[in-house]
Amino acid sequence: MLRFIAKRIGLSLVTLFIVSMIVFVMMSIMPGDLAKQTLGRDATPEAYEIWNKEKGLDKPLVVQYCVWIGGVMTGDLGMSFQYDQPVSEILGPAASKSAQLAIVALILIAPISILGGVIAAMNRGKRVDRILTVGGLSAAVIPEFVWSVVLILVFGVAIRVFPVSAFPDEENPNIINRIYHLLLPSIALLFVLFGYISRITRAGVIEALDSDYMRTAVLKGLSRKTAVFRHVLRNALLPTIAVIATQVPYLAGGLIAIERVFNYPGFGNILMDAVVARDFSLLQTAVFLVGLVIICFQLIADVLFAVLNPRIRQRVTE
Amino acid sequence: MSTTQTPTLELRNLEVAYTVRGIDRQVLRDVSLSIAPGEAYGLVGESGCGKSTAAFAAMRYLPRNGKITGGSIIFEGKDIVDIGETDVAQLRCSAISMVYQNPATALNPTIRIGKQIAEVFELNGASKSDAMKLAQESLVKVQIADPERVMRRYAHQLSGGMAQRVVIAMALASNPRLLVMDEPTTGLDATVEAEVLDLVRELRRDTGTAVLFISHNLGVIRNMCDRVGVLYAGALVEQGATTEIFKNPSHPYTVGLLRCIPRGGLHKSTDRLDTIPGTPPALGTKYEGCVFASRCSLADDKCQTELPQMVQINGEHVARCFHSDKASSMPRSIEQIEYASQADVRSVHNDDALLSISHLSKIFTQDGHKVRVINDVSFNLGFGETLGLVGESGSGKTTIAKLLLGLVSPEEGGVVTLDGKGLAQTLNRRDVSDVGAMQIVFQNPDQALNRRHSVTRIISRAVERLRGFSVDDSVVRAHELLTGMRVDASLHSVRPVQLSGGLKQRVAIARAFAGAPQIVVCDEPTSALDVSVQAAILNLLVDLQKKDNTSFIFISHDLGVVRYISDRIAVLYLGRVVEFGTSQRVFNGPFHPYTEALLSSVPNIDGSIRKRIPLTGVVPSPSNPPSGCVLNPRCPRKAGSGYETLCETEEPNLTEVEPGHFMRCHIPVANLKQLQN
Repeated sequence: MLRFIAKRIGLSLVTLFIVSMIVFVMMSIMPGDLAKQTLGRDATPEAYEIWNKEKGLDKPLVVQYCVWIGGVMTGDLGMSFQYDQPVSEILGPAASKSAQLAIVALILIAPISILGGVIAAMNRGKRVDRILTVGGLSAAVIPEFVWSVVLILVFGVAIRVFPVSAFPDEENPNIINRIYHLLLPSIALLFVLFGYISRITRAGVIEALDSDYMRTAVLKGLSRKTAVFRHVLRNALLPTIAVIATQVPYLAGGLIAIERVFNYPGFGNILMDAVVARDFSLLQTAVFLVGLVIICFQLIADVLFAVLNPRIRQRVTE
Repeated sequence: MSTTQTPTLELRNLEVAYTVRGIDRQVLRDVSLSIAPGEAYGLVGESGCGKSTAAFAAMRYLPRNGKITGGSIIFEGKDIVDIGETDVAQLRCSAISMVYQNPATALNPTIRIGKQIAEVFELNGASKSDAMKLAQESLVKVQIADPERVMRRYAHQLSGGMAQRVVIAMALASNPRLLVMDEPTTGLDATVEAEVLDLVRELRRDTGTAVLFISHNLGVIRNMCDRVGVLYAGALVEQGATTEIFKNPSHPYTVGLLRCIPRGGLHKSTDRLDTIPGTPPALGTKYEGCVFASRCSLADDKCQTELPQMVQINGEHVARCFHSDKASSMPRSIEQIEYASQADVRSVHNDDALLSISHLSKIFTQDGHKVRVINDVSFNLGFGETLGLVGESGSGKTTIAKLLLGLVSPEEGGVVTLDGKGLAQTLNRRDVSDVGAMQIVFQNPDQALNRRHSVTRIISRAVERLRGFSVDDSVVRAHELLTGMRVDASLHSVRPVQLSGGLKQRVAIARAFAGAPQIVVCDEPTSALDVSVQAAILNLLVDLQKKDNTSFIFISHDLGVVRYISDRIAVLYLGRVVEFGTSQRVFNGPFHPYTEALLSSVPNIDGSIRKRIPLTGVVPSPSNPPSGCVLNPRCPRKAGSGYETLCETEEPNLTEVEPGHFMRCHIPVANLKQLQN
């Protein structure tokens, strides 16, 4: 098992390295002269040169990459061109905000979607199933920012039960208040993800319900309910867990539209600002971190899958 | 069976229907049977005749679209057709249990074996810790090796035989009065099958449980059951004591079934197999008269219009036929059809080898270990000859086929020569004519045929590729081939999914013959087919061989089939040829100890009592073969032979013990002969 995890981490590191290169190359081939943009068109060529030298942009790309990646590895994320502040000071709080939103959303989405999928599977072909499946799918085709606007209009403006902003105004808000503010965006995300996750769950549960071992369980004399709890769910939820784990980075890696609509100072908002301002030093590190999050959760999904499935667990321990 | 006792299970005029596309289709028609306490009742019939439906109906477990439309299921005097879910669950956990085909999938893959068995005891009121103890005891009862370890294992870590023992332990955990066994040994190796059947027999003797035993294998039924019922198209057509039915079958269907089976030393050179003409009816076909009339050579007008009732033949022996007196002497149904020549007739049978393989070995790497799955195999195959490969699963039969076809490459030193010409080791380095010269027919035609293409397209593509015909010519050739395989012209444009299993296999055979092959490797070609279809396919293969002088390498676990079709036979054990000789020699002895054990484990359809020579222990892993003779830890003839030390230290060579008969054994053939008489 340890060998399996070590191998996976090794592979993740390789992926991460490739991601870092791609991010860096993309940033350097993006059009626009940074110095010109920062200093304005009227500055003298000498001024541009000095600026470039100061930011290290006069060096060859390879050196620039090494400086950047070396900094990232030692925890020095560099300075933002735009704010003239260390990148870590900008990204740190934003990442924490995004994580909070992701956690609240996940706690809301995972159980509801799984339950929906299980209910649909248990009532396969019946009306409940059709409503859940078609409803979930219909909700998923509407983008999250449309849901956000609709939810704000209904619950924030028409019947004022939820705040329209996802972040409390006051200083040092308590945890309840924070969660309360995050509910509306989480519901918007629930609408988007419910159809997807519940469908995967439904498929997994149906497969397990139709399996020979489920038949064995019922023919042993277990009641249907007990048989489903003991024999179906564990097997059925394996693929679901993997799917949810792959959705986490989507939630945590910056929900640009939702954060904009709900005016939430998360990762997505920072990313967006960095793009607009061509703040490359901030942007490349931010994109790299998003990649890191995705890779980490993929790793977690793989390990989790192996731990839950004895077949894979055995294969990896041998 | 005494009539005073209340039967354990009684089906009375049972009718079951499946709803398919909104229409009720009848699958069981007026089935009545009864099983006394302690009795074993066998249900036989081909696939789709309703055997399993009857079994599941007895468990009150029908698929979602199935329903009981009439009659009653009486368990110990009580009708259980209308009882509620809780009562059904109660019955299942305390009185009726089931063992099914495919034990591997019947166990939950993510729960440890011990816990799965313990569940039954818990249902019956045992505490958690008691249940675990009882579970382990139940594993002891089914004679599983190392029960303590098995308790902690998962389903995928068990072999097929072990998994079936676990399922049986689970079924017996509730001390059932009725045990329903649905094809419990299908898919298991002959030796494992024999062990499982022995176990069932012993357990039955100890517990006195009544058994409803479902199987398509008449030999198994004959050996396991007191009484037999024959099902056809959902109707019970004949019923009676086992010995009586096998001695005096009185329904044309039963007679047909028994005649289809290659048995009792039949051989292609002298005997042609009977078939049952026509095809079984589609699900839910409606009948006015006898269900079998359309395929029966005795049928007359009355059979078509009037439903026959059960006629008493002899005591309890009854048959649903107007002509039961004539059934056993009904004319043989042998299709004798002139086949169009498939290719230019090649040189006649001569002594030169067509195919010669020498020193073929294959090592696979598994989890970092080197596993020698094939160890120095050499043999020749003549023109127009059939070589049978037999052995338990894992003996290397299929790997040899793959090596021949170039699907895997042999280790250094292995040589495959076809018609005097050395073949490249891998398929992509062989030229087209070499590829066409050696083709394969697989066990499962469903997976071997491209389901997006029409039947003609499947064949014509192969003709195009292998023989370089133009598109038009290859289509013409495809039609010729299909007609030659007796696939009706009306079916040439359909897709494989619309064909029955037998027809699909004919298409697969036509595909193999597309390149005018010299050798066709048949890997379990009839294992997935019913016996009547199997007979037709075997006849077809024999005809093709006679016509084109094609050679076959025939792999099968069914020794009767191998014996029928093979000229020579190679018996494999752990990747080594342990015996090689003519079909005659290998089956009539003197036998290699392994062959002897293998042959004795086959349930005998002729009813003669034969002493089973058991192979003790399990097949050793090829990654760590035993020292000396690889069979020695399991060898039934080692002990007392006087050669024990030699057997344990030195691997014997394949030596010619009689002209044309080779064995890999230290014990002299004369001694073996003496022991085996």
